[in-house]
Amino acid sequence: MSETLLDVQGLRVRFGGGTEAVRGVSLAVDRGETHCLVGESGCGKSVSALAVMTLLARGATRSAERMAFAGTDLLGLDERGMAKLRGNRMAMIFQEPMTSLNPAYTVGSQMAEVMRRHRGASRRAALDRAAALLGRVGITAPGMRLAQYPHQLSGGLRQRVMIAMALMCDPELLIADEPTTALDVTVQAQILRLLLELQRELGLAILLITHDLGIVARMAHRVSVMYAGQVVESAPAADLFAAPTHPYTRGLLDCVPAPGKVARGAQLGSIPGTVPRIPLGFTGCAFRDRCAQAMPECSGDIPAQTRIPGHRYLCRLPAGWPRDAAA
Amino acid sequence: MVTFLARRALLALLVTLTVLTISFALTRLSGDLAVSIAGPQATAQDVEIIRKAYGLDRPLLAQFFDWVGSAASGDLGRSYLYHEPAAKLIRERLPVTLTLGLTGLCIALLTAIPLGILAAMREGSLLDRAIMLIAVIGQAMPSFWLGLLLIIWVGLKLQLLPISGVDTWDGYILPGIVLAFSAIPALMRLTRSGMVDALASDYIRTARAKGLSRASIVLKHALRNAAMPVVAVAAVQLGFMLSGSIVIESVFSLHGVGYLGWESISKNDFPVVQAVVLFLAIVYICLTLLADLLNAVLDPRLRAA
Repeated sequence: MSETLLDVQGLRVRFGGGTEAVRGVSLAVDRGETHCLVGESGCGKSVSALAVMTLLARGATRSAERMAFAGTDLLGLDERGMAKLRGNRMAMIFQEPMTSLNPAYTVGSQMAEVMRRHRGASRRAALDRAAALLGRVGITAPGMRLAQYPHQLSGGLRQRVMIAMALMCDPELLIADEPTTALDVTVQAQILRLLLELQRELGLAILLITHDLGIVARMAHRVSVMYAGQVVESAPAADLFAAPTHPYTRGLLDCVPAPGKVARGAQLGSIPGTVPRIPLGFTGCAFRDRCAQAMPECSGDIPAQTRIPGHRYLCRLPAGWPRDAAA
Repeated sequence: MVTFLARRALLALLVTLTVLTISFALTRLSGDLAVSIAGPQATAQDVEIIRKAYGLDRPLLAQFFDWVGSAASGDLGRSYLYHEPAAKLIRERLPVTLTLGLTGLCIALLTAIPLGILAAMREGSLLDRAIMLIAVIGQAMPSFWLGLLLIIWVGLKLQLLPISGVDTWDGYILPGIVLAFSAIPALMRLTRSGMVDALASDYIRTARAKGLSRASIVLKHALRNAAMPVVAVAAVQLGFMLSGSIVIESVFSLHGVGYLGWESISKNDFPVVQAVVLFLAIVYICLTLLADLLNAVLDPRLRAA
């Protein structure tokens, strides 16, 4: 088995108003693997990732049973210690390529400062590295691009710049928070292909946050499905698609139009209702109001079950529950 | 960049022409100039002689073009009061006004920007509220009153700084502080709100994700984006300090351009009034142009516009 790079146990994030956005999330990302974090908007995917990077906005409080990166306890690090890891050994790219670069500085200066900060590289050496990486992420005429400002680049180019910038110091972990959501479909495909290639080439571990199951199917080694601040199911990708066990995961997969699986003219699946707001002190399954299999016990504590080793889910139903029996 | 500059310069020229017209019109609207120059004891004959001597009997339009023509060649007319060219009077008083204005601006910027940054970084804290309280007090306090307070406490009781005249450099400190005090609130609030926005932006999150130092995040990435409105207002404030320091110049007995303007208004020395208004308007226009230029340096997106 490969070595665990990022190990998060029981992560909780609470915001000032008394809402708990993340409620005991556990995640493990192995070296060189792509771990996809899937779920609807507002389920706590991005907040979990920001909590790992210690980038939460002011007013949010984070706690966890364990949070380790390559053996380093992240919970014990102060801001200065964390800043030494960020951009250096763990990097992050965001959903909003249009606003994630500073409009006042050139692409080159923003890329170079990462390496100058963490490696003490000279300006020249950092710019050379930046140009090489821009070429690597498929940007032509990198020398010219380095001298340009973000407003002179398209969204797709800016996201490529963000990726190249994240790679400046050869990180071990790349957290990509919906990196293609703001881009059009052809650019999306290019960016995803690029991430796959980079991973193979550099042995990068990627924590990819998305709500798009098509992306998950293409990219993931392992998938964690989040719902209302919890990971409700986590499994190797092939296993999850073959035997989805949590009712929410099954519902999600039913919503995806798959050629050959969904008959022409037949209605696509949908999950009734919306994600509930979870008040403090909430117990039981947060999905129970939308679940066709819900039973009275669902308002009590929910056991974490194991379908097969490596495939866990958070539900009272037995592993092989028949799809249509209870519905 | 060139188009941007050309457009700004053309605008500045148009504003200058407008100011010329208005300042000329205003002095003519304030009553019969010949009568006020001649004084209360003058006979109708004296008034007529003066009217002829100063060319006030000619058509307004002719007077206007005469004045614009000579102003363009640097001749701003002669003072009735001092019997000297108005341009020379302004030139003599300019160093005092300029030094005072720049001192005031430096004090204002050195106070307002750090405090604004601090308030933004601790948004909502007690410190933030205390700083904003200072801003409100600064905005509400009349400057002559602050000037008198400083004269009494710092000048007379503690005897730390001179209270009048500028024979030595430290004579500028007290009036500089008073001038700065009126500019600080606006600059501080702008810095704070700009920094609050900048610090909450996506590119600051990126900067943090890159592991940059706090100083680099705040001073390099956030401040540069927050600085633009501050630069624009600082330019206007400097214009205000150069022109509006009449009260402060009289409280601290400094004879600058503001004082000259006030004196010539009260004595109806209209060539000097016109000259001072024109001079200050041009100062304002240049400062605004300078602010536009600085903003174009700060924000690359403006250069393309």
